[in-house]
Amino acid sequence: MYASLVPTSAEMIRFLPELILTVVATLFMVLDPLLGRQSRHVYGHFSILALLGAMAAAVYVYRDPGAAFSGMLMVDGFATFFRVVVIGVGILTVLPSYRYLDREDAETGEYHALLLFSIVGQCVMVTANELIMIFIGLEISSIASYVLAGYLRDDRRANEAALKYFLLGSFATAFFLYGVALIYGMTGSTNLATVRRAILGGSLGSAPIFIGVAAALMFVGLGFKVSGAPFQIWAPDVYQGAPTPVAAFLSAGPKAAAFAIFLRIFLTAFQPIGPGWEPLVWVSALASMTLGNFAALTQSNIKRLLAYSSIAHAGYVLVALAARSNVGTAAAMFYMAAYAFMNIGAFAVVSHLSGKGERYLKVEDFAGLGAKQPGTAALLSIFLLSLIGVPLTGGFFGKFYIFKAALDSHLVWLTVLGLLNSAVAAYYYLRILVMMYMREPGEAASRIQPLTPGLRAALVLPALGTLVLGIFPGWVLDFAGRSSVFVR
Amino acid sequence: MPTSYAETYFPVLLQAVIAMAVAAGMLGASYLLGKRVRNRVKDMPYECGIEPTGSARERFSVKFYLVGMLFILFDIEAIFLYPWAVVYRELKMFAFLEMLVFIVLILSGFFYIWKKGALDWGETGERRFRKP
Amino acid sequence: MNAVPLSWYLTLSGVLFTLGAAGFLFRRNIITVFMSIELMLNAVNLSFISFSYAFRRVDGQIFTFFVMVVAAAEAAVGLAIILTVFKNRNTLNIDDLNSMKDEYQPAQPEEASETAPVSVP
Repeated sequence: MYASLVPTSAEMIRFLPELILTVVATLFMVLDPLLGRQSRHVYGHFSILALLGAMAAAVYVYRDPGAAFSGMLMVDGFATFFRVVVIGVGILTVLPSYRYLDREDAETGEYHALLLFSIVGQCVMVTANELIMIFIGLEISSIASYVLAGYLRDDRRANEAALKYFLLGSFATAFFLYGVALIYGMTGSTNLATVRRAILGGSLGSAPIFIGVAAALMFVGLGFKVSGAPFQIWAPDVYQGAPTPVAAFLSAGPKAAAFAIFLRIFLTAFQPIGPGWEPLVWVSALASMTLGNFAALTQSNIKRLLAYSSIAHAGYVLVALAARSNVGTAAAMFYMAAYAFMNIGAFAVVSHLSGKGERYLKVEDFAGLGAKQPGTAALLSIFLLSLIGVPLTGGFFGKFYIFKAALDSHLVWLTVLGLLNSAVAAYYYLRILVMMYMREPGEAASRIQPLTPGLRAALVLPALGTLVLGIFPGWVLDFAGRSSVFVR
Repeated sequence: MPTSYAETYFPVLLQAVIAMAVAAGMLGASYLLGKRVRNRVKDMPYECGIEPTGSARERFSVKFYLVGMLFILFDIEAIFLYPWAVVYRELKMFAFLEMLVFIVLILSGFFYIWKKGALDWGETGERRFRKP
Repeated sequence: MNAVPLSWYLTLSGVLFTLGAAGFLFRRNIITVFMSIELMLNAVNLSFISFSYAFRRVDGQIFTFFVMVVAAAEAAVGLAIILTVFKNRNTLNIDDLNSMKDEYQPAQPEEASETAPVSVP
C-alpha cells in the first residue's frame, strides 16, 4: 500500500526549483565558515546563478504540469506564475544587497543562505495543494525572514523590527494552524480539493459553523501575513527597522506568496462558502486601502511611508479577492507581479540614497536628487508613477484589471471607494517627486555615491519590468487568465 | 466491565485521593509528633551536606542557553525517525535514500555550528563566536 | 470502554488557545508573550491529536510532529532575537520597544518650517 508513496522521476522534476535552491543554500551554510572574508561576493554571484537556474527550472517544469508527492504539490500555471515572481523578487533583492552589505560591513554568506531558504519556503507555499504543506512552506519562509529582518545584530531598530515581526508572525501562524486543525477535524483531510468536496457534499452534520470558524481563523492568519487591515500594525515598524533590501524583499516576496495561498485556499477549498467570507474580505480591503493611504500622508520617514503604501496596495489585491472570480484572480496575479517590480525598485533607490547606517531616510532627503543623479531620479519617478497608477506603467493596468474585476462582480461601492483612495495616494507619491525635482540638493543628495553595477541592475531591471507590464500587459495577463481557474 | 464514563475513571480518582491522603498524613504526623528546633544552620538550603556558597540567583553564561537550544533543535529532528522506521520496510531503498538526504542536511547544520564555534567553550571559541 | 468524548479535548484545546491568545495580547514580558505563542501551538497540537485519535488514523499525529519541529525552530530563532534585543537595551518589557515611533516626534517643527515657502532661489 505504500508503493504509491515513492515519487516518480516526473514528480521529482516538478520539485526541481526548490531542490536547486535548497542545495545551494545548504552549500552556502557549509562554505560560510570555511571561506574567508575576501570571497564575500562569491555568495551573491552564486545566489543569482542559483535563482536564475531555479527560475529556468520553474518555467521548464511547467511543460509537464501536474501533481507531485501524492497530490501535496500541484505544479500548475498559478504555481508557476508565482514561483517565477518570488524567484524574480529574490534576484532583485540580491542585486542591491551587494552594496548594502559592503556598506554596513555585514557577513554575506549567512545573508544569502537565509534569503535562498526564505525563497524555497515561498516556492513551496505557492506550489502546495495541501494545508500542512502550505504551513511548512509558510514557516520556512517566515523563520528565515525573521532572522533577515534583524540581520544587523547591533542595530537597535533592526532588533526591534525582528522581534515585532517574529512575535506577530508566529501569532498569525498559530491562528492559521488552528484553522488547519479544524478543517482536518471536520473534513478528515487537508487536501484543498478534498476539503472542497467535503464542504460541497454537505455530509458534515453540525460542521458548517466550524468550517466558518476555520475560514475566519485562516483569514486572520493570512491577513497578518499580507499586512491587510486590521492586522497591519507590524508592517510599518518592521519595514522601517529592517535593512532596506530586506524590507524590499519582505514587501514583495513573502507577501506575493501569502496572497498566492490566500487565493488558492479561499477560491478552492472555501469557494463553496464564498458569500460567507466575502464581507470579511470586503471590509478588510477597504480598511487596508483607507488606513494605509491616510497614514502614509503624514509620514516623514520614507521606509515607513512605503510600508503604509504597501498596506494600501494589499488592500487593492484584497479587492480582487473579494471579487471571487477568475478575472479577479488573474488581476491579483498581474498586480502582484507589477507591485513586486515597482516596490523593489523604489526600495533599491532608498537603499542607495540612505548612505552608511541608513542615515538619510527622510522624505526631505530626496531633495535635489534629480539634479545630482538624474538617472536614479528618473528611474525612481517610473516606480512612483507606477505606484500611483499612471498609464503606461504596470501599476496602472494592475489597478485597472482589479477594479474591472470588482465591477464585474458588482462590487460597485468598493470600486468607487478604492478609486477615491488611489487619488489620495497620488498625493504622497507626488510629494517625493516634487522633492526630487523642485528642491535644492540637500546633504543626502550631495553625498550620494555613484551607482555600482549591482545597484544599476537592481534599478534598471525593475524599471524595465514596470514599463513592459505597462505597455504590453497582454501576454502576462493572458497567462494569468489561463492559470487562474482553480476549479474546473 | 465499567460501562459509564465516570466509572472508567473511578480508579484514577481513587488513586488521587489516596495519594493526597498519604501526603497529608505524613505532613500532619510530623507536625504533630516531631519537635521543632529553629536555628541558622537549619534554615539554610540543603545542598547535599555541603555548606552553600553565594546566591542561587546568579547569571549564567549565555553558552548554556546556546547549547540547550541547539540540543532541542537536534533532539526534535530525531522525531522524524519514528514514522520513518514504521514504513521503512515497505519503502525499501527509497526510504533509505530519503533518510540519507535528511541526515546529510542535519549534518550540514551541525557542521555549520561546529565550525562557527558555537560548541567551543574555551577562549578561542568565544572569540570566534563574537567575531564581528 | 467509553473514552473521554472528543468534544472535551476540543474544548480544552480551544480554551488553551484562547488563553495563549489572551496572554499574547495582555502580558508585557517578552518571554511570557513568547510562551503564550507556544501555548497556542500546543493547543493546536492537542486538536490534531484528538482528531487523529477519533478518526483512528495517524496522519494527525504526523502533522503534530511537523508542528513541534517548526515550533522548536521558531523557539531557537525567537530566543536568539530576544537575546539580541536584551543585549542592546537591557529590558524585556514590550512597552519599551518603541524606538521607531519616537523618532517622529521631533519631525513636527521641521514640517512646520517646511511649509514656509522655501522657494528655489
